[in-house]
Amino acid sequence: MTGEHFMKGDEALVEGSIAAGCRFYAGYPITPSSEIAERMAWRMPLVGGDYIQIEDEMGSLAAVIGASCAGAKAMTATSGPGFSLMMEHIGLAIMLEAPCVVVDIQRGGPSTGLPTLMSQGDMMQARWGSHGDYEMVAYAPGTVQEMFDFAIKAFNTAERFRVPVLVMGDQIVGQMTARLVIPSEEEIEVSYRPLPDVPPEEYSPADVSRLVPPMVLPGEGYGLHMTALTHDEFGYPETSASRQESLVPRLIRKIKENEQDIVEYEERLLDDAEVGLVVYGSMKGPGWEAVQAARKEGIKAGILRLITPWPFPREPVERLSERVAAILVAEVNMGQMVHSVREYARCPVHHLGHPGGRIFHPDEILRALRKVIT
Amino acid sequence: MRTEIRMAGFGGQGIITMGKILGRAAVIYDRRPAVLTEDYGPEKIGGWSKADLVLSDEEIQYPLVDRLDIFLALSQDGYEMFHHTLRVDGQALFESDLVNPEKGWKQRTTFIPALQTASDMGKKVVANIVMIGALVELTQVVSVKAAKKAILDSIPKGTEDLNEAAFSKGRELAREEGG
Amino acid sequence: MRAHRLPHIWCPGCGLGNALRCYVEAMEASDTPLDKHVCVSGIGCSGRAAGYVNVDSYHTTHGRPIPFATGLKLVRPELEVTVFSGDGDLVTIGGNHLIHAARRNLDLNVLCANNFNYGMTGGQFGATTPYAARTTTTPYGNFEQAFNLPLLVAASGATFVSRWTSLHVRQLTKAIERAFEVDGFAFVEILSPCPVGFGRKNEFADALAEMTHFREKAIVRHDADLREVGITMRREDPIILGNFVDEERPSYFVGKDDLLKSVLEGRE
Repeated sequence: MTGEHFMKGDEALVEGSIAAGCRFYAGYPITPSSEIAERMAWRMPLVGGDYIQIEDEMGSLAAVIGASCAGAKAMTATSGPGFSLMMEHIGLAIMLEAPCVVVDIQRGGPSTGLPTLMSQGDMMQARWGSHGDYEMVAYAPGTVQEMFDFAIKAFNTAERFRVPVLVMGDQIVGQMTARLVIPSEEEIEVSYRPLPDVPPEEYSPADVSRLVPPMVLPGEGYGLHMTALTHDEFGYPETSASRQESLVPRLIRKIKENEQDIVEYEERLLDDAEVGLVVYGSMKGPGWEAVQAARKEGIKAGILRLITPWPFPREPVERLSERVAAILVAEVNMGQMVHSVREYARCPVHHLGHPGGRIFHPDEILRALRKVIT
Repeated sequence: MRTEIRMAGFGGQGIITMGKILGRAAVIYDRRPAVLTEDYGPEKIGGWSKADLVLSDEEIQYPLVDRLDIFLALSQDGYEMFHHTLRVDGQALFESDLVNPEKGWKQRTTFIPALQTASDMGKKVVANIVMIGALVELTQVVSVKAAKKAILDSIPKGTEDLNEAAFSKGRELAREEGG
Repeated sequence: MRAHRLPHIWCPGCGLGNALRCYVEAMEASDTPLDKHVCVSGIGCSGRAAGYVNVDSYHTTHGRPIPFATGLKLVRPELEVTVFSGDGDLVTIGGNHLIHAARRNLDLNVLCANNFNYGMTGGQFGATTPYAARTTTTPYGNFEQAFNLPLLVAASGATFVSRWTSLHVRQLTKAIERAFEVDGFAFVEILSPCPVGFGRKNEFADALAEMTHFREKAIVRHDADLREVGITMRREDPIILGNFVDEERPSYFVGKDDLLKSVLEGRE
């Protein structure tokens, strides 16, 4: 597939995943993510992988985690209602430390909502949707090229830290068709989870010095056990506060201690900015156009685009808030990432929100920017 | 310069294919940015269908159409749903037998008998290619060479001659009708 | 068995210990070396089995061990993957996965310990609780009808369908061995006494009484009409056991390979 294409975002994500080494897809069809399933169904047998349609989204993610435990790089894709059904198994992937990628092509909600139209309404669910304490990594692509590129990032991060990683797309970026350049295989860097470096008889999972323990695969004589219950380092269940205190903080520290490495964002025209615009996902393009238009009017605007909404880029937001008089968060929901921006910003934070169905036109953002500075 | 094109008709007319061919011509062969978005009614065959294409000389930031420079309608429904989105100084291309604009329709309009032409060639399915020929001839939104290549990439093997003929026929009609 | 994990959590008189023993003996008797066996379980008393068997094992979420095992088996077809779980897990919350796995006929073994109630959470009713049975959430008796599991799974397309009680140790072990052998979806229902959760609320004085009932009313009919093997609370009705279905049907892998080969080769 190396070369230049005119391709749909959902399909580009499939190619990015395959380039990253994905060889297992389980899912349940749902608009507007079905193009991912359809292309996977066609592509997986051609690259020696498996495509399977499971009877619902709970089972889909369970199958993905089973495949991951068996050694495959595995993923699923869905949209709002299916994403809600997947929440329990996001927790399973965290607890079993099973690397996998979950793609949410966001559409308008609540409930069935707007099946064919975009929103960014699942951003907080992405962070907090499963019960219990955990850290989350999510990438928000804004172009067809990024659907490809971020799929690779998502798989690499999932494998490096043995965590589920989300790709938070939306109907616009998923279903638009644009230029995609697929680099040659040698140019694409891929990671694989740490494996035990000693034979079964010398192996002990009790090596707590490692934040990301090696992942034992079945059928190799290690006699592994994994459980979704709180467990000791051998994988056996133990229902106690003290065990919880050694397990859960480590799962969180895997991300926290590597935040510098994982967090990604993009800053433009911020050096002399008096007002900062914060956007992510499909709002990247309209946001950038609005900032340029503002500059033409003499408004010193700059943009901070979150590549990883999670972990939240705290430091860039803090820095930005010290530089500008005010921040505007433009997102297609009634106020989600704006809460995190407010948590870290030391200046007034304004919100431009919409319940979903369309993205903002650059002119609307420009009008909001004008308001913010007056 | 940014050009916004909307193609509207009903499912089964190859509206989305038109968008893919033109976008591909621009991106792969003319090497210009293009973004295609598509939408259709709940019924995949027979319901309304539209393809929106943005072409530009710079990277496209806002991917959706806003005020159309060019509007192609291949069905009355398509016309009625979207005709108001064409700029006053925009260019319209309508299927002669299927679209009947209201009285007082003022924008520059060329009527192309794409369906009749395709029927005469023995294959109604190439009506969309006739329309592409007419569009390219009238507006030069993509080059003739690029359009031809993108068409060949997008059609079943063995239909190359038919599609090339449909494309040429569309260009001819545009020259006759559009002047 | 993983000796260091014992004693197990199961109550005195519970059938799960026997059921697990039969699974372990069947694994030892099978042609597949132990390190190529994988045990997947869900949530509930029986879900703990995965932690006790000394093979690679996964204890997953409530209702989803079958799809988990599906993913695992697809990636590593050479492993002998067995789901060991309970009726509440596999049939009630996970029933949809059970019938679809049988329909798909992927080469999985599902050992379903059926004790007619949710034991771990204190004895509530589920989709396998017979009509009129008393549980903590059916204080007037169960208003609903129970699934007839052999009929359900056979109708869904399984290659092998069997039912024994946890007391029929020899037959049960053989049935599990057969489940390993068949190429396709194999289902073994293991009727298992639950004296604490179910028995004592349903006029079985103690564990022994429930076991005695199982033993006395059990009849073996391999060729039984599956419409007639549903379990009731009437003391006079028989409990019909047997290896009801043992058929050659193309498994998921066979069907997939055949189709892919013919389509992809036809293309070249």
